[in-house]
Amino acid sequence: MEELDGVGAAVEVGSSVAAISVRGLTKTFGTVEAVRSIDLDVNQGETFGFLGPNGAGKSTTIGMLCTLVTPTSGSARVAGLDVVRDRDGVRRSIGLVFQDPTLDGYLSAEMNLRLHAELYGMPRNRVAPRIQEMLEMVGLWDRRKSRVNTFSGGMKRRLEIARGLMHSPVVLFLDEPTVGLDPQTRASIWAYIKDLQQRERTTIFMTTHYMDEAEFCDRIAIMDQGTIVAHGTPDGLKSEVGKDRVQITTGDDAVAVEKLQAVFGIEAKIVEEKVTFSVAGGESFVPRLFSDLGISISSVSVAKPTLDDVFMLHTGTTIRDAEATATERLRANPMWQGRGR
Amino acid sequence: MTQAASEARLPVEATRRVERRFASDLRAIRIVWYRELARFAQDRTRIVAQVVQPVLFLFVLGAGLNTIASQGAHGVSLKTFFYPGILGMSVMFTAIFSAASIVWDREFGFLREMMVAPVRRGSIVVGKCLGGATVAAVQGLVIVAMAGFVNVPYNPILILEIVLLQLVLAFTLTAFGVMVAARLKQMTAFMTLTQMLVMPLFFISGALFPASGLPGWLEVLNRIDPLTYGIDPIRRVVFSYLNLSPAARSALDPGLTWGSWHLSILVEVLVVLVLGVAMLTVAFVEFNRNES
Repeated sequence: MEELDGVGAAVEVGSSVAAISVRGLTKTFGTVEAVRSIDLDVNQGETFGFLGPNGAGKSTTIGMLCTLVTPTSGSARVAGLDVVRDRDGVRRSIGLVFQDPTLDGYLSAEMNLRLHAELYGMPRNRVAPRIQEMLEMVGLWDRRKSRVNTFSGGMKRRLEIARGLMHSPVVLFLDEPTVGLDPQTRASIWAYIKDLQQRERTTIFMTTHYMDEAEFCDRIAIMDQGTIVAHGTPDGLKSEVGKDRVQITTGDDAVAVEKLQAVFGIEAKIVEEKVTFSVAGGESFVPRLFSDLGISISSVSVAKPTLDDVFMLHTGTTIRDAEATATERLRANPMWQGRGR
Repeated sequence: MTQAASEARLPVEATRRVERRFASDLRAIRIVWYRELARFAQDRTRIVAQVVQPVLFLFVLGAGLNTIASQGAHGVSLKTFFYPGILGMSVMFTAIFSAASIVWDREFGFLREMMVAPVRRGSIVVGKCLGGATVAAVQGLVIVAMAGFVNVPYNPILILEIVLLQLVLAFTLTAFGVMVAARLKQMTAFMTLTQMLVMPLFFISGALFPASGLPGWLEVLNRIDPLTYGIDPIRRVVFSYLNLSPAARSALDPGLTWGSWHLSILVEVLVVLVLGVAMLTVAFVEFNRNES
């Protein structure tokens, strides 16, 4: 009887209970407010992207949702269970793939999964078939006997994802699943994640600071300095920006910035050695630019808004700059050094 | 009403958790224990390295010192006299090294995988200690097998007694190592600290000399050293199978005293066990507090 009912799902997939529900969640370290009273809802079966620069509070938030960090105040329910009151229940209902690898490199791929199954108390008769299923899914069945140390970075990450799904969690947390991987491997990891999600119908909650990866998500939330500054679908958020991004190179960029302000009332910045600004209806603006700017323009590019622009709109800074400031903040604060506390 | 509805979706998990908690802890202990053995079996260099050192002590130190110390040994070869101490020594090295794997796991991330599992932290710690103890006892068998070379008879009962005593000692030493490892984040720090502790503990323990008639300061240190209570019972059982003159026996195998009270083997074993459990308890607390 007991052996029959699933592997660890506390709520049935497809039921109306939200996969994740967060209210007023706050975490302070000493005097630093890492996470400031955030609200968040993630539906079942969704791929939810949690974006923001390093140091924005993403990892702390994910830590609280995974019961690894105790919230200072507020509440969070994962798979319908309270992360503080029912820690083990939450742990059984989630799969985790951390930023840093947590595999035992001296053991085989198969043994790593077996260890996980035992630690999570999976029904014994489900362990062997599930190991095969998972390893086949991530294309590592042929390498099941190999020591994990002999695997490439991408293979290790795939194995970790397979392990995270072993006990059929309601929510799979992926903390920067593609960080440190080359672009090709990143793309293939994403292909695997999408494939797995369709087969397992698992809710995926992932953090990333690669804006382009957020395009894979059903919905995203953008976090900056401990608060959620925007959330919605990637397309919805981009259309909110409403403006296109225009970049030009000119004979004299400094003059061009001044002129844009004087002639068109447009605020421009020099980004990556190009005069950059946002304007509604970029394509139709370009002809006016040529006739009215009065200085020579050597190249023009018009781009539809990206999530970088979304981030810019809501925070007033680029993600790269935000990252630099956040890193400095972290360096200055010893509380933040050393992970896993 | 909505509360009731959401509760209704969780009953399987909720009821199962209470009943299965103990069982799932046992499974966790078992798999952590098994992992220790699997890791050990794969690590050939470790197996060899941890045999070499005791063998060096036994045969090189034993044979070398024998030329100048035969007088005080009442005709008993120093190799024979050192033998019980070396049995303890091999256990000590292996056990402490097993505990080091916690620091190793932390450095390489695997500890996290265990720490986030839906089981009590204590079961991870217990699994580690039992695993370390088993590995140490298995490693100790190599030294047990050398009994013939140092004129100790191969008696099945003796071997069984030795293995049991080694298990107890190994458990406590692993618990000691785990307790130390709970606080440390870097392998180098663990190695430095254990080097600082292990050799003094070994030398003071009476592994290489009888624990009677010592200078006062050394006797005090000797009685404080937990390893003393692990090695003396091994010596007693080994010596009980040797053919010795009464003079040799009282000089080489005097047993331990607290003041004028002669400790029995049982008391010595209890001392070791109690220490082990105490250190394990400290390790529990450390792990529950430290790691999130």
